[in-house]
Amino acid sequence: MPARPLSPHLSVYRFAYTMALSITHRFTGMALALGLLVLTAWLLAASNGAASYAVAVGVFSHWIFRVLLIGWLTAFLYHFAAGIRHLVFDAGFGLEKAQARRSATLVILAVLVALAACLYVIFCPVGGAA
Amino acid sequence: MSLRTPMSRVLGSGPARGGAVHHWWVQRLTSIALVPLTLWLLLSLLSLSLADHAAVTHWIGSNLNPLWLTLTVAVMAWHSVLGVQVVIEDYVHGAAAKTFALFLNQFVHWLSAAVAVYAVLHIAFRGA
Repeated sequence: MPARPLSPHLSVYRFAYTMALSITHRFTGMALALGLLVLTAWLLAASNGAASYAVAVGVFSHWIFRVLLIGWLTAFLYHFAAGIRHLVFDAGFGLEKAQARRSATLVILAVLVALAACLYVIFCPVGGAA
Repeated sequence: MSLRTPMSRVLGSGPARGGAVHHWWVQRLTSIALVPLTLWLLLSLLSLSLADHAAVTHWIGSNLNPLWLTLTVAVMAWHSVLGVQVVIEDYVHGAAAKTFALFLNQFVHWLSAAVAVYAVLHIAFRGA
């Protein structure tokens, strides 16, 4: 670190929960970047024939991978909702403190509802099963 | 005495490194494109019997699905490469490590996207 004074960094600000949303957006984005590799692996296994696909299904069915996949689903839903919030910010709207807090709550609620709906579809097979 | 002009030496060495506006716009445009594309992908995955190879490959190859899938994979890679780039620029210090991480970011993302597109086209045109 240079010895000269630097502009105030994150640690000098009093914590506000909107900050948690911001860092979570970044964190879920990184997780989803890893998820892209899994998506590619899934497509490659499917293109490589039934035997390869069976191996992939075996790996993806392991409980560790099931937990990870639910994690990626949650990360996607969050990044999707929070991303739309950021697009609205970028357009110049919703930047007042009260509005930003309200949209933060809205994002969390939307993620919880969407996650519950997805988990219901996955674990209570109506049309398809995971 | 160098053959390099002083102007050439400083161009592109500001905080923006010359490409920040383009980066910002592509990040936003890809995120807008990904709203319908990823929603379609999620709903498709939820309605598929994912353990059934025949059902999965049939879905990948039917209708305009190969088109939407290659588009989705490509735009996701483009969006992701820009996002990871920002994180590397923020947290990886040291010119050599940063340059290497940025190179690796591009390499892995585009290789992954190319493999995914290849797999989709293989299923669409040759079957699996």
